Amino acid sequence: MSVIVLTLIILVGSYFAGLLGSLTGLGGGFIIIPLLTLGLNVDIHYAIGASLISVIATSSGAAAAYVKEGITNIRIGMFLEIATTIGAFMGATIALHIQTHYIAILFGMILAFSAVMSFVKKKQEILPEGSPMADKFKLNGSYPTPDGVVKYGVRNVGGGFFMMVFAGTISGLLGIGSGALKVVAMDSIMRIPFKVSTTTSNFMIGVTAAASAVVYLQRGYIDPAISMPVVVGVLLGALSGSKILINARSAGWLRWLFTIIVSILAIQMIYNGLTGRL
Amino acid sequence: MAAGNFKDKDMQSIIGWILRVGVIVSMTVVVFGGAVYLYRHGHSIPDYSAFNGVPQFVYPSNIISGILAFRGRAIIQAGIILLISTPVLRIIFSFIGFIIEKDRLYTFISLLVLLIIVASMLSGHAG
Repeated sequence: MSVIVLTLIILVGSYFAGLLGSLTGLGGGFIIIPLLTLGLNVDIHYAIGASLISVIATSSGAAAAYVKEGITNIRIGMFLEIATTIGAFMGATIALHIQTHYIAILFGMILAFSAVMSFVKKKQEILPEGSPMADKFKLNGSYPTPDGVVKYGVRNVGGGFFMMVFAGTISGLLGIGSGALKVVAMDSIMRIPFKVSTTTSNFMIGVTAAASAVVYLQRGYIDPAISMPVVVGVLLGALSGSKILINARSAGWLRWLFTIIVSILAIQMIYNGLTGRL
Repeated sequence: MAAGNFKDKDMQSIIGWILRVGVIVSMTVVVFGGAVYLYRHGHSIPDYSAFNGVPQFVYPSNIISGILAFRGRAIIQAGIILLISTPVLRIIFSFIGFIIEKDRLYTFISLLVLLIIVASMLSGHAG
């Protein structure tokens, strides 16, 4: 396969990965890594590096739009970035030393978990007051809704912080945004309202990924020839995805389709990891 | 909490602007480098099945000399470095913003995040 053909295949695949990732909120990395490793026989290190770069591009692009609307809580983001960057640094360092088939198995497991999480019905009450710890770190905030400004309090700061170290480690280890884990930390543990937690999670993903990307870059995980079509494709796909989300609300069947694809990929990654082919 | 005319709202619009410009500029460089690379190497046969660490495009000096020699992959790599710098730049600007707001706690927290990233950068180089 020549460079031009390979680049075109990766570009088209990444476009659809970005599109589906944006429509379902799972992110593009989940399809990119299996596509490159299982589909195109690219070494998993290069796949992780390229995916991580695309994660920075899409999250920065989306965060630029959200942050202006005033929903993102910059202080929560900044505070929890201490946890995610420490985690990302550890994850990237671990990735240098463990065998690749463990990475493949872990990837499959996180993939399956994220797919299930995207289906769990969410219910949440907004808390009027935060914990003393949240007061101390000025994490409580407010955000605009159609019915006026809503104030919210934040709970269990320590638990959320710990979960974020884990989310950061997974991100650094697997080259994904690990949005599903960040949302668990913020929604379920810290009780941050959904709109705030999803936009703030997105805001944090770029910084988290940058912390492990600097390690990957120096270790040669980021191959320019592979990263180029991945980052361009995923970003364009994510842009189209955000347009579709605004225009149509019939994303229900897409979500099912995506979950089926993701489940097959998860099983394949685990299987190939167990048999030592990845 | 906010001092003078500078408020959280101003910080939000500056951060939004930095992220947007960072993505646009770095993607332009990546696409341009990609075009150069495909023009020069489009018909060679690559092999990515084994990891060999692409040592040519790891060190800044190699990337700079590569750009001067108009090598596509060196230009792409420069774009990728710009992209990685975008969120880091965002932290630097938040740091300055929190200083102006006289929010000592968050000035310290932004600095801490920045130091963690610098530390991981240095460790990658050494180890």
